[in-house]
Amino acid sequence: MGAYNTISFDANKCDGCGDCMTACATAKTGTDDKARSRIQIVGSADDGFELALCRQCGDPKCVTVCPAGALTKDYASGVIDWNGDKCVDCLLCTVGCAYAGIALDEGSGHVAKCDTCDGAPACVPACPHDALTYVTTSRIYNEVGDWEDLFAPGLAGCQGCNTELLMRHTLRRVGPETVLATPPGCVPGMGSVGFNGTTGTKIPVFHPLLTNTAAMLAGIKRQYKRVGREVNALAIAGDGGASDVGFQSLSGAAERNEQILFMVVDNEGYMNTGMQRSSCTPYGAWTSTTPIGVGSGGLPSQGKTQDAKNLPLIMVNHRCEYVATASTAYMEDLYDKLDKAIQASKRGFAYLHVYSPCTTGWRFPTDQNMEVARKAVETNFVMLWEYNRTDGLRFTRPVDDPLPVTEYLRAMGRFRHLSPDQISHIQAKVVENLAFVKQMAQRQSA
Amino acid sequence: MEQTKYLVVGSSHAALEAVTAIRMHDPEGSLTLLTRDPHLPYSPTVLPYVVSGRSAPDGIFLRDEKFFARLGVQFKRGTALKALHPTRNAAELADGSEIAYEKILLATGASPAIPPIPGLDQVAYHVLRTLDDATKLNAAIRSSKQAVVLGAGLVGMHAAENLVKAGAKVTIVEMAKQLTDGYFDAIAAGLIEKAFTDNGATILTGSRVVKLAPSAVGATLTLENGTTLEADLLLVATGVRPNMDYLTDGQVEHDRGILVSDSMQTSVANVWSAGDCAQAKGFFTADKVMNAILPDATEQGRIAGMAMAGDPGLKQYPGGVPLNTYHFFGRHAISVGSSKVPEGGEMVTRFDEASGRYLKAIFSADNRLTGIYGVNEFFDGGVMCQLILRRVDLSAVRERLLANPLAVGRELMSKLWR
Repeated sequence: MGAYNTISFDANKCDGCGDCMTACATAKTGTDDKARSRIQIVGSADDGFELALCRQCGDPKCVTVCPAGALTKDYASGVIDWNGDKCVDCLLCTVGCAYAGIALDEGSGHVAKCDTCDGAPACVPACPHDALTYVTTSRIYNEVGDWEDLFAPGLAGCQGCNTELLMRHTLRRVGPETVLATPPGCVPGMGSVGFNGTTGTKIPVFHPLLTNTAAMLAGIKRQYKRVGREVNALAIAGDGGASDVGFQSLSGAAERNEQILFMVVDNEGYMNTGMQRSSCTPYGAWTSTTPIGVGSGGLPSQGKTQDAKNLPLIMVNHRCEYVATASTAYMEDLYDKLDKAIQASKRGFAYLHVYSPCTTGWRFPTDQNMEVARKAVETNFVMLWEYNRTDGLRFTRPVDDPLPVTEYLRAMGRFRHLSPDQISHIQAKVVENLAFVKQMAQRQSA
Repeated sequence: MEQTKYLVVGSSHAALEAVTAIRMHDPEGSLTLLTRDPHLPYSPTVLPYVVSGRSAPDGIFLRDEKFFARLGVQFKRGTALKALHPTRNAAELADGSEIAYEKILLATGASPAIPPIPGLDQVAYHVLRTLDDATKLNAAIRSSKQAVVLGAGLVGMHAAENLVKAGAKVTIVEMAKQLTDGYFDAIAAGLIEKAFTDNGATILTGSRVVKLAPSAVGATLTLENGTTLEADLLLVATGVRPNMDYLTDGQVEHDRGILVSDSMQTSVANVWSAGDCAQAKGFFTADKVMNAILPDATEQGRIAGMAMAGDPGLKQYPGGVPLNTYHFFGRHAISVGSSKVPEGGEMVTRFDEASGRYLKAIFSADNRLTGIYGVNEFFDGGVMCQLILRRVDLSAVRERLLANPLAVGRELMSKLWR
């Protein structure tokens, strides 16, 4: 099965002008009667606009209830085809579809549905606000599926671990011509460096100290350059190994503009060794070293009392070749940044900071990783942006209408104890951080 | 003896959905589809269009041999299930052979119910349930000059319209006080009746045939009030009865149909039932009802297939919601949900006699939609059905929804389950 194309609708950009419906009616009926359009925008300016359009379902109900065999799913294009010669106008499909994706066209007396205009939908270019886009679904799956997974099949990560997903994807993309450094943390902890003399990867991997990862990797890269061999030098490090004990060598390598790609998997603590706090642990979070209960001197202890360090912004101030933040909930964005970081690492220091929820340390169900990662972005608790020296800093997935931060906090156990004051503090910090990065985005691009 | 893991009996919507659902979860277990029909799978619902000539008899098939080969399904057609022996997990076929099954689905559909009218067995008449019935009737309507249709349900009305269009003088005889009783209300039935009489048909509602006898033309029908009708073509369309004669050993509980649970399981281990032969929970009542309609057959078939294959994604049957669409003389009628006004609820109607547009909506006391009916008044039946199934609180939008059910229905859909 190949990748399917689909018409995507961004309700926030729609102003209800109806140009898409006119374009559809013109293309399909030769009239400008919007009622005959197969894409229907409904709603009002007060309340937002909504969409009724065939979603070319994978398991289409309209097809199953058609008594005449007139509707068929084309598994090559993904489109559900309507055959006018077989249709008997019984309208049962309109009763089957829960999305109003197939409806009677009074002008023709038959049902009508979107056929994506054979791959060039007339409605999409007609939209003056880019509310409609024609996108390819499962593009990453289809592309990445053919690349070789360079990690061993059985890594000993926790159930539902986001880091395993991230490292497998990353190494597939960076490819076999790579030397990998994985300092102490979850990545070697789950087996990247292997057991009993065999590695957990199909490429050379080494296990530096927390403190010297960037320095060792820079040295290896220089040696390969000296002997005239082109290799990618990749580090996959935790936030503790990067922002705390490893920071001095990281900062040094960035300042010398070493040609390496340094990826930080930020799960906001030393999760591999028992969930101790790091300088990337957010305010208020429970860790084993920022506990809940009676603290020293009998004072109540309510999680971490300091705010997190913003390591990627610090890296921006090294004026690296490339710095970006990413999230596995937004894989297209992540892949885009990974590609740019690989290219940048051939010229100088590239830094990729991936926000990576930890099911064990953050206390949420193992099937909720993507949901938590997504909520972090949707609330602006973390922000997705990228930086290079030419274009400055820009948001790649700006969230104009963020959810309240409580939507994120309540998704996991490590914030369960928070007092209203602590929540206010975190919400204020989200606003402050956003304003700070926005200022930076403006300053850099100006 | 032949053995199979899954035996699916029947080859229409419920059976086909069950096959798909089983294969979603169990790609390899041996699967046999058994049908008494000699043809590839088709839908009884399409048959009126075979009668009219609109659908070619060889163009209506829902699956072909290749489909079954690809899914690893053994397709046995032309052989009926004669007796089910659930105590030893065996199905006895009409040809005397037996198939041992691990799990069986009875999706055997229904057959025309023939009323006990004296003399009916002495005359030639048509019914319409199988493809062979349809091709016979298609040939007969071309030469018919005066036809009589017994029963004004959707099958009878469809056939009557075809006869009218073929140029016959048509009389429809219906026992109930109105046409399409149980599908549409009196006002909608009035609109349908007018369309038929405008096109030259004669409608005799509240009438009963008491006697039939052969005549020179074909048959003479005598009505309760003494008048007689001559018919060169007689169609009996007075309803259907489930096919369950094979339940001979008294174990599988049945009432008007085969009684099933919310996962379509019968009272007996390893036996499921779905579609027109099954009697399952209604959405509006805890009682088990016959809801012999196509969309419900697909739903029940899918649930049965998932249950048989042990698919953990199975969701229990929410109960049958009546859904009907009817196309007559270029107009459309749709009914979704129950026509009964719940206690404390309200029925709202809107009728524009000039345009023939009619809308009826029924709400419960707490402003949930329980039924909506329209003639030439367009709304998305699938969206309305979801509003009913999801019991959406419509307090805030009720008036707007009634004023414009098409647009407001879509708006609610997009907001609630986009």
